[in-house]
Amino acid sequence: MSTVSCATSESMPSAEAAQQKPVLEVRDLSVVYDGDTRAVDHVDIALAPGETLGLAGESGSGKSTLALGLCRLVRPPAVITSGSVIYRGSRVAPGGVDLLELRSRELRKLRWREISIVFQSAMNALNPVLRIRDQLGDVLDAHLHLGRKEKRDRLDTLLDLVGIPRERLRSYPHELSGGMRQRVMIAMALAVDPEVVIMDEPTTALDVVVQREILAQIVELQDRLHFAVLFITHDLSLLLEIADRIAVMYAGKVVEVGSAEQIHNRPAHPYTQGLLRSFPSVHGARRELAGIPGTPPDLRSLPPGCPFVPRCSHATDKCRDIDMRIRPVPGSDPSHLSACPFVTPEMAKANTPKVKAATSKGTT
Amino acid sequence: MSDQLASAEVMPATAARGRLVLEARSLGKDFKLSHGWHRDTLSAVRGVSFGLYQSAVVALVGESGSGKSTVARMLAGQERPTAGEIALDGEVVQPWTHGQFRPYKSNVQMVFQDPFASLNAVHRVRYTLARPVRLHQHLRDRKAVEAELVRLVERVRLTPAQQFLAKYPHELSGGQRQRVAIARALAAQPRVLLADEPVSMLDVSIRLEVLDLLDELRSQFQLAVLYVTHDIASARYFADDTLVMYAGEIVERGPSEDVTQQPAHPYTQLLVASAPDPDNLAARIRPASSGEVRRAGSALSTTVGCRFAPRCPLAEDRCRAQAPPLLQLSAQRAAACWRLDVAAPDLLHQTQGEKEETIKT
Repeated sequence: MSTVSCATSESMPSAEAAQQKPVLEVRDLSVVYDGDTRAVDHVDIALAPGETLGLAGESGSGKSTLALGLCRLVRPPAVITSGSVIYRGSRVAPGGVDLLELRSRELRKLRWREISIVFQSAMNALNPVLRIRDQLGDVLDAHLHLGRKEKRDRLDTLLDLVGIPRERLRSYPHELSGGMRQRVMIAMALAVDPEVVIMDEPTTALDVVVQREILAQIVELQDRLHFAVLFITHDLSLLLEIADRIAVMYAGKVVEVGSAEQIHNRPAHPYTQGLLRSFPSVHGARRELAGIPGTPPDLRSLPPGCPFVPRCSHATDKCRDIDMRIRPVPGSDPSHLSACPFVTPEMAKANTPKVKAATSKGTT
Repeated sequence: MSDQLASAEVMPATAARGRLVLEARSLGKDFKLSHGWHRDTLSAVRGVSFGLYQSAVVALVGESGSGKSTVARMLAGQERPTAGEIALDGEVVQPWTHGQFRPYKSNVQMVFQDPFASLNAVHRVRYTLARPVRLHQHLRDRKAVEAELVRLVERVRLTPAQQFLAKYPHELSGGQRQRVAIARALAAQPRVLLADEPVSMLDVSIRLEVLDLLDELRSQFQLAVLYVTHDIASARYFADDTLVMYAGEIVERGPSEDVTQQPAHPYTQLLVASAPDPDNLAARIRPASSGEVRRAGSALSTTVGCRFAPRCPLAEDRCRAQAPPLLQLSAQRAAACWRLDVAAPDLLHQTQGEKEETIKT
């Protein structure tokens, strides 16, 4: 099986990915806090084998809750109220298993062995009083039955994999730099050869240079080990570079799904269009930045219909009673879906920005 | 010493905007470290000189640990420099001394990175803003204070003002909190605003609005702004001049557009190359060459030579033996690197061309 992360310029990856049976399929998943706050609201996403799916959204958009929800890791007061999460790995029954239906003992066997997570803050995710060796060893002990020698070899291989010198096995987390800690987290996620790795903001706390190195490392490991990645971040510009396909979340809903090229060149949802105009780029000509007026919504009191209405420059009365199903974007490949039935990619350019760009040069 | 001389010749683009207000003159900050018996000195900041001019924005860019926040804290009077001096309107000041602190704060205010931590959670917005208004504007009359509070809150576009004044920080979103923090800084009617990563904790979609607000305030109140950030792309859009720091030293300075589009120093080049480039989908992240070992630059006082040398692809023996001074590249630009002939040959040729011209005329 060829991984798709390096074949980029053609639109092949998404088409190829769509044909394969997804290794992880989330259908109609909802996670509700306190009975009425819908943090994840009827979300459908699918992850093809070996693919990198980017999940973009602001804080409070439900992207991290979705990640926890699909491993059944949400804690009260959050409750999963609907949906199914079908996992079809090579080590489970051919039809796949529904993670939400499994008994907890069976689920525990699957977690980490099949689906592992790299958390955002490595400092908090690693145990400060255990050496790296012991923390990595714990994962191996829990899932594989290795002899002492095999275990030692495996630990060495894991560190080699992420480019950390072997003598660091003796170190405590505080003795490592932020980038190294994140590499340890990645090594831990890959320790028992899972088929799906969820990365929740794995590089957000790091410097751009280190971030770049870690991303390159992830791409390389994916080429070698063929796992699928669900890459969660608020940084859409990063996803455009690393992801094969991108899902954009807003207020607990997926508002647009498409390949990186489609999202970049033909964004269909007004929120995606706004996000793309929000971040300054150091490369290329200076362009007009627009941003998105208003503030992210309060999930406890969402307006009826589309939650983006208060911030949307295209909003009309019709928007208040649409359902937020994602549907194919007219004039695009069928794999490109958007929740907005009114706005088309062509309307992105015609839209006049409401917020003036922060360019001090222009105001001289 | 030579770096001072060289940097003194650089005429920053910001100087065209207005009068020089606040100046850092070869500021330095050493922290003493001790590992058991072993003692070390970490020079977090070394020989940093620049000026903040009226109605102009200077960006201080660098990775975490590069000393950029320490520079801002020293200029804010919160940290006492171990070398160099701070000058306000050409006069040397010592803001850390008891008598000078408050008058200095009336001129120089700071906005912090984390609006969740920098506002007192048990006080309403009204209280947070009223204190600096009374202290720095010397308003006593309750009606006058109230009118000033409303004006401040409306100035940072939090309307209706009365509603926001009555709120606690936890009732505000991140962007709204940062606006309150900006209003608090404005309450002192300062001439210098030091913004330490003011938008890095905010969501992408609202960052631009906050930067836009800062820019508007800059032009309205003729504020001299120092914008400390790790994001060189935002420096390009927001700042007139950009200073790049590495391991406590300024390694490159110049007009933001020039520094980001034609970086001279190998570290700036690395920073720019590492920034995401969504418009160039073909040049996506490539797999790392495995086994690549990268050592961080050391800021220990015992370090000799260029601090970037251990990471620099161009480093040669000279770089490891002797620290390069800031070498002038043009009237507005300078970079501290021995290998500029390889790192930025075009820029160097331009410089020589200019020099020859000046000799002819």
